[in-house]
Amino acid sequence: MQPRFPPAARAALALVLAAPALAAQVDLGASQHGAASMKDQLAALAKLALPADGLVAPRGIDARVWTASIVPGQEPTAARVALGRALYFDPRLSKDGTVACATCHDVTRGFTDNRPVSEGIGGKLGRRNAPTTLNAALLTEQFWDGRATTVEHQAGMPILNPIEMGAQTEDEVVQRIAGAPEYRDGFQQAYGRAPNYADLRAAIGAFERTLIFLDAPFDRFLAGDPTALGTAERRGRELFDGKARCASCHPLNGASPLGTDNAYHNIGVAARDKDFEGLARSAQAALQQDDSEHALDQLALATDMSELGRFVVTKNRADIGAFKTEQLRNVGISAPYMHDGSLQTLWDVVDHYNKGGEDNAFLDGGIEALALTDAEVDDLVAFLFALTDVRLAEPNQRAQAKQKEQAAKTRPIKDPALAERRVLGFERRVLGTK
Amino acid sequence: MKSRQKSRKKSGIHRSVETRYEASREELLRSLMNLDRRAFLRASGAAAAAALTHGVAHAHTFQPVTVAGAKEVQPFRFAYISDSHLYERKLNDRFIRSLLRAVDDVNALDPQPDFVLYGGDLAQLGQPAELDLGAQILKELKAPVRMMVGEHDWYLDLGEKWRALFGKDVYSFDHKGIHFVVLNSVVEEDFWSARKLSPMERMKTVAGLDNRSQSNFQVGGPQREWLEKDLQGLSNDVPLIVFSHSPLYHLYQGWNFWTIDAPEVQRILARFQRVTVIHGHTHQLLTNRIGNIHFHGMLSTAWPWPYAPQGLPELTVQMNRPNPFNPQDGCGDGEVRVYADGLVDKVYGLWNRSPVTVSREYMSSNGLLQRPPASNASTY
Repeated sequence: MQPRFPPAARAALALVLAAPALAAQVDLGASQHGAASMKDQLAALAKLALPADGLVAPRGIDARVWTASIVPGQEPTAARVALGRALYFDPRLSKDGTVACATCHDVTRGFTDNRPVSEGIGGKLGRRNAPTTLNAALLTEQFWDGRATTVEHQAGMPILNPIEMGAQTEDEVVQRIAGAPEYRDGFQQAYGRAPNYADLRAAIGAFERTLIFLDAPFDRFLAGDPTALGTAERRGRELFDGKARCASCHPLNGASPLGTDNAYHNIGVAARDKDFEGLARSAQAALQQDDSEHALDQLALATDMSELGRFVVTKNRADIGAFKTEQLRNVGISAPYMHDGSLQTLWDVVDHYNKGGEDNAFLDGGIEALALTDAEVDDLVAFLFALTDVRLAEPNQRAQAKQKEQAAKTRPIKDPALAERRVLGFERRVLGTK
Repeated sequence: MKSRQKSRKKSGIHRSVETRYEASREELLRSLMNLDRRAFLRASGAAAAAALTHGVAHAHTFQPVTVAGAKEVQPFRFAYISDSHLYERKLNDRFIRSLLRAVDDVNALDPQPDFVLYGGDLAQLGQPAELDLGAQILKELKAPVRMMVGEHDWYLDLGEKWRALFGKDVYSFDHKGIHFVVLNSVVEEDFWSARKLSPMERMKTVAGLDNRSQSNFQVGGPQREWLEKDLQGLSNDVPLIVFSHSPLYHLYQGWNFWTIDAPEVQRILARFQRVTVIHGHTHQLLTNRIGNIHFHGMLSTAWPWPYAPQGLPELTVQMNRPNPFNPQDGCGDGEVRVYADGLVDKVYGLWNRSPVTVSREYMSSNGLLQRPPASNASTY
């Protein structure tokens, strides 16, 4: 991707250079809620050589698909991207000035936070694992339950969620930043008007449209470089498309570069200790009172009903406990895994699928025991680590070594009896046998 | 919950013939009390013969009599589960899991349905172990079960095991103003004796698609006679709901989406103003109307069939091709909502998609009103 500097980019550059002005009010060197400091994150970001705007289709994405994915009127121009970048790292968007988008979508942690669930203002914990913002712009729907469609829409919601960034109203957020000269100019340059909430969230979305990371060893292998994947990784790829049946829900090819079917499945992660029926009844009652976007957002993050997943959006019984198929891109650096961050390593993830998920009444029909051997599990995991963009190769290698070490110590999900169907999941659940 | 389970045990979910008889007699007595005098007089004359076939004769009523005129229908709903095709656990556990899912679905209905229709093909190859397994799972249902037989249950031992577990394969009952008839539409003429087929060979012949060496599904002469007698005393305005495993019309012979004497059965039903036929066997969204008879297919819990190659009845709202990656897509269970006018809305509770309701307005208007929205699922 060639860096381009259209006239509008001048203001953008000015905005980035205005960081010291921001620092006058916010300590960019401080580390809050366990995230890397904004200063360190910005330094890491600079090394990733992102494009200045999101107008041109990134490598690996068809130009027509890319254009179609952009909301008309919200084209990610350089000025908007620059504005969004500043907002992404600005903790002033939060009620107590400690949480930015980058707190939970940390540049140095694969644009997530490497925690099971995220920490918001005042140390409050949510219920779900922060998905990476990398490639999020290409997903059909956002959040684990798809309660927002575009990144431009999504970006406005955590700011207002009481346990994430905690702002009470949109106006309050706008007022907090409107006084800063860099934003006055930034909004003017980007949207031709004064700061407002709709443009604020759209600008953050515009920035996210530059976070496309689809250049992995796997892609280079597909492009014709036979050395890009090692033998274990190649065996893993065979399993991925074959015996392990990953591709059923994680289609990963030229037409589907992210490795997600953009659908919702109950794979039983949440089923271990949840009464789905009871929760569904509570949710239906709660949504009858108020099914606004805000109510949904709180329900998803602050209550046990979070475990209902897609159901709270569709109220369709078939969606109980169903969560979005997460993309597999850069999966090596986004541990821990699943919607609740309950699995520590990719070995655990494969162990989960290998035993046929956690049986429950709503388990997706495609989830069945796979009878993968230990060696096959290792190969599959090796392949998954080959899906990380080469720009993130170094953290990917570190994560792989760390997970390998951890998996050697403990594999809490592994269950060969279930994997080989010596025992069936429903027998344990329904018939109460061992 | 406890008391419900207790009462279930007492009445038995697979009601015996005696229990059904008692229930229908109670219904009769109650309905007699509701009759105004004119309706009573109109009813009693035509009813005498019907009462005989119904087997109802009360010592303390002055004449053997049964209700013939239409009673007021109290709206209610019943659920359905169908075509589970269970194998033994060691051969296949997917279909077992699917049936369990259906049972969970139905048990979660609040309020509970009045009863659950099981639409036939509980077993895959008629094995006693398969039927036992199915009976064991169906016992988990909170609501009473009305059983219907399918060819996969029948052709190993010609229904011996099935009848031992569930009772009669052909029967009728009245419920809240509706007359229900359960048929065995998978009767075949003897194609096995002359060829000296073993029971298992016979079973597999019938279970196969496009197997022309078998006979045809039929209700058959004796059963049609029984049906005529069963309906004899009923006036034309009594709403009927008929359960049959195969569709009671001619759709596609190669797959037995076909009951060969269906025209004769339709002729028997034709005089009634409101007739609904609920059938299994086809494993798909399937809707048809012939005269006053509304036909609705049931979903399978095991697998969806593709549509037969020669086309579809006009009223059928097509189901998209199921997702090949999800074995439960296109499968499900559902419910039938009976209204005061004696007609029904048929709900297809698809597991992987939004439910589809085929309303009685849609049926009555020949598809002009309330057409169910097309599926929003992607096509594969």
